[in-house]
Amino acid sequence: MIHKYYLGGLYIVLDVNSGGVHIVDELTYDLLDDAAPPFAEKCPQEIVDKLSAKYPEQEIRECYDEIAALYEEKILFSPDDYEKYAKFTVASPIKAMCLHISHDCNLRCKYCFASTGDFGTGRKLMPLEIGKKAIDFLLENSGNRKNLELDFFGGEPLMNFDVVKEVVAYGREREKEYGKNFRFTITTNGMLLTDDKIDFINKEMSNVVLSIDGRKDVHDNMRPTAGNKGSYDVILPKYKKLVDARDKDKDWYVRGTFTKYNLDFAEDVFDLYEKGFDQISVEPVVCEDKYPYALTEADVPAIAEEYERLAQRLLENDRNGKHFNFFHFMIDLDQGPCAIKRLRGCGCGNEYVAITPDGDIYPCHQFVGIEEYKMGSLVDGSFNTEMKEQFAKTHIYNKPSCRDCWAKFYCSGGCNANNYMYMGDVLKAHTLSCELEKKRVECAIMLQAIKSMERGQAE
Amino acid sequence: MKHIMTINKANLKESAAKGGCGNCQASCQSACKTSCTVANQKCERDDK
Ligand code: SF4
Ligand code: SF4
Ligand code: SF4
Repeated sequence: MIHKYYLGGLYIVLDVNSGGVHIVDELTYDLLDDAAPPFAEKCPQEIVDKLSAKYPEQEIRECYDEIAALYEEKILFSPDDYEKYAKFTVASPIKAMCLHISHDCNLRCKYCFASTGDFGTGRKLMPLEIGKKAIDFLLENSGNRKNLELDFFGGEPLMNFDVVKEVVAYGREREKEYGKNFRFTITTNGMLLTDDKIDFINKEMSNVVLSIDGRKDVHDNMRPTAGNKGSYDVILPKYKKLVDARDKDKDWYVRGTFTKYNLDFAEDVFDLYEKGFDQISVEPVVCEDKYPYALTEADVPAIAEEYERLAQRLLENDRNGKHFNFFHFMIDLDQGPCAIKRLRGCGCGNEYVAITPDGDIYPCHQFVGIEEYKMGSLVDGSFNTEMKEQFAKTHIYNKPSCRDCWAKFYCSGGCNANNYMYMGDVLKAHTLSCELEKKRVECAIMLQAIKSMERGQAE
Repeated sequence: MKHIMTINKANLKESAAKGGCGNCQASCQSACKTSCTVANQKCERDDK
């Protein structure tokens, strides 16, 4: 399978199964409408005839030979023989956990998928006992995995920060017995950040996600406090303080959500950069169509255009020495994850689980509160291994539209939770997300292509 | 090649042969979380 597109002044051809990225001329681009395996010794006359009004015959034949040669090299129209790896991670250990340390929140973000923090199940803080049980559960169920990820999530985790600290201490104490290494991460809305908390986070958390939507008016409109005031002016100085004090080798990023109200979200990305942040993620809201801020099919062309605009501006910035990372455009065309990982992406319900303040286990944070997806409980020790096996099978070869999708090794089959919530089936790809994901991947590859040309590394 | 320029190693197939160890980070792709496209994750295989 190949995917070809024109973007940023380049004709780009992606060989889906080898991961090969080719930059071609217009002739090749046109020729690929018809030239496909099995290749003939010489370019068939009807193909030549079709293009001979536009290109010299000799060139067409030459180009056909080049295409056939790349096919022989297995970097164009290469076969898809990964399905045999799909069963690989059945019975894989659990290596990551989302700890819902607080089902309460001090903001009232309009698009919050957690229903203003409580996931529809009442405002609760996780008791230390549950947090410790969660650490034990992860240690015991992680088999030979050495690095264990534990993300403090909410609601707003800082509302239960004493427990966060104690869980970290407990994890650090017990990881030694098991010869493991916890990587703690935290997501926060910033309201309760203090110097003490910043110190602790910068010391213990290998990644911190700071929620902020971009321009002040955009942010304050969607992220008001419980008393309906803006939150921007409170959090911005705190974020800057945290980031400035953070070790360079530790990860962090500011992340925002864009909605129908700011389809010009590239402005928000650049505003965040201007405010001093160079690790930025801004992503589309996913919600039901009924909300006024919902993104719908009708918005796709405008969003696609905005992604292109953003990509162009990133490029200009780069050329002017003002580099920053935009998460959705980061891609490594040579050293990315192995194909086996790419078959299933997040690993929810199989390698990754979420724990509620009551100790209930769910496949991931987005499934929390959906009764039929409750996998077990840390309190009574139950765990539904059958459900785990089901989730292990949610790979791209079991998702009908992913199977034949050119973006499958970049997207890995999307978000199971969104699939379930908006399409009614974890295996049914959420169409709107797909369209946006594909656009992002196209932009990301284009940016890499341009950079590698500019570096003159291309062969 | 005159018409086609290949800009990367196209090594996905090899990665499968050596991969699948599971050492790398879990990668939520949803909007609310770590926002990672799988392709921007790092491989953390031990014997690399
Ligand atoms: S979720 Fe959508 S974009 Fe992703 S692989 Fe499946 S069909 Fe393609
Ligand atoms: S199902 Fe969706 S929300 Fe849950 S971990 Fe996977 S990508 Fe993230
Ligand atoms: S660490 Fe590398 S080889 Fe191992 S599963 Fe992850 S991406 Fe694949």
